[in-house]
Amino acid sequence: MKHLVKAATAGFDEKNDVLVTVEPIAAGIEVELTSKVMRQYGEHIKEFITATVKEAGFDGVKVIAADKAAWDYTIKARVLGALERGSK
Amino acid sequence: MLNKAGRDIPMNLPCLEGREVYQGEFALATNARRAGRPVRATRPGENKVVASIDEAIEKAGLKDGMSISFHHHFRNGDYVMKLVMERIHEKGIKDLTILSSSLAPCHEFLIDYIKDGTVTAIETSGLRDALGKFLSTNPGVLKRPVVIRSHGGRARAVSCGEAHIDVAFLGVPTCDPRGNATGMMGKAACGALGYAMVDAHFADKTVLITDNLVDYVYPYSIPQTDVDYVVEVEAIGDPAGIASGAIGITKNPVQLKIAELAAEFLDQADIIKEGFSFQLGAGGAPLAVAKFIGQKLKEKEVVGGFGVGGATGVLVGMLEDGLIKAIYDTQTFDTTAAASLHDNPNHIEMSASMYADPWTDCMTNYLDVVFLGATEVDVNFNVNCMTDSNGILMGASGGHSDTAAGAKVTVITCPLIRGRLPMIRENVQTVITPGTSVDVIVTERGLAINPNRQDLIEKFKDSNLPIYTIEELQKMAYDRVGKPQDVEVSDKDEDVVAIVEYRDGSIIDVVRKPLL
Repeated sequence: MKHLVKAATAGFDEKNDVLVTVEPIAAGIEVELTSKVMRQYGEHIKEFITATVKEAGFDGVKVIAADKAAWDYTIKARVLGALERGSK
Repeated sequence: MLNKAGRDIPMNLPCLEGREVYQGEFALATNARRAGRPVRATRPGENKVVASIDEAIEKAGLKDGMSISFHHHFRNGDYVMKLVMERIHEKGIKDLTILSSSLAPCHEFLIDYIKDGTVTAIETSGLRDALGKFLSTNPGVLKRPVVIRSHGGRARAVSCGEAHIDVAFLGVPTCDPRGNATGMMGKAACGALGYAMVDAHFADKTVLITDNLVDYVYPYSIPQTDVDYVVEVEAIGDPAGIASGAIGITKNPVQLKIAELAAEFLDQADIIKEGFSFQLGAGGAPLAVAKFIGQKLKEKEVVGGFGVGGATGVLVGMLEDGLIKAIYDTQTFDTTAAASLHDNPNHIEMSASMYADPWTDCMTNYLDVVFLGATEVDVNFNVNCMTDSNGILMGASGGHSDTAAGAKVTVITCPLIRGRLPMIRENVQTVITPGTSVDVIVTERGLAINPNRQDLIEKFKDSNLPIYTIEELQKMAYDRVGKPQDVEVSDKDEDVVAIVEYRDGSIIDVVRKPLL
């Protein structure tokens, strides 16, 4: 199981992008989401972020995502990018 | 009760007593008569010009519980409604119905007058921004839900007395002391006065408010025979908010792709030919379609018939280049078009009745094709242009359903996905135009022809255009962004915030408070 060594961010505060911040926590995966499309995709995005973190083999991660209607591939790329930056 | 558009209408609502549900575009017969106003005899030596808005309010006999009307030709640059409402508020007159042909973001001051009981009912075509959000999320703040009407539907309702106007307060850019008025000249020139013409004619009392009082006006849009009082004020509107400079053709590649596809469809359908008539919405894609239509007309060396405005510089360019023979104009969108209305005899002003009133001989019935935008559509081809993806009132019914019902071919241009949201839904949030009026939906990734237009489907069976079923188009969007969850709205009767009239006055939908 991988762990973060520090907080890190990836992405931009732009339309169709998501600004992702990851922070180390004791255990588990927490997601804090704000989104332009919360009512239509909020549940999906939270689950998708959690699954992405798990799939990357991390635990003890809090993800803060400020979403401006990014598509899934962008969300995945930003989450993985932030995890990578927070691992070094 | 389910109506013909498949919407469940709570007919038990007190505000719907005596109303019909929507039964089809031309289903309802009518034996209505046109309404009449009280006769006003003018005596020799009488002066219609009064010193102030206060005096006009007093002389017009405005009282608690009455209906007052305004027009939206000044769009987001309107000062008139505020000037009038401040004086009404000062006088302590309460319980008024605002019957405006539309409402713009600049009218958000109405929120305060709603809260203090000055305004207790609203009937309009459009609602946006702060006011739209306030009314969507505060049911019961008015004594009855907002009435949403199309431009033609409003002209009909006013003409037949269904929507009675006690006093019309109409801003006019140039006016003479007897009340002959035009929008073609003056500091606040707005072009056509199509909506004001109807109100001036049918209101019990008509007050004109101008910032350019001159000796004589001709040609006039409103005649002195319809006018009771004239008030001169400092300024009736902000020219920058009234008309933009020439509205440019979009540079957005998605919009351009949609326009190109739409124009190609039109060409292959053999619609672009000698004498054909059309209307274009003012959105980015429809204006780009105009450019393509112009090119096709040139290539084919034929001349179109008339174009209907919402006139813009793009349409005026086609008239001046001899590509079309006339423009019929009920409201003018930019300064180029306003100048054209003044200078070009083939740029013809018309009232909202002549434009789109279903209970008269309206121009929309003569359209070969109309291009319209949409905030969203559904698999039954219904169109919403009134509420956003969260169920908040943020658009306008406008001439959407009027032109769609009249035109031989109705083309809806709409992006397949906005941000992350698919724009082809199972059911639109609010039906403004029923799917039976819609013939083709064009997106950037392809187009769908309404199955009830088998003639068109047959015609395009060997076409090289990317033609899909509406369900296939919808799936294309879902494959990319996933299927969205439905936005929940309250099902309580007391949470109905607006009722949507179809153009014939029947109820096509209601807007319910979204659960946020």
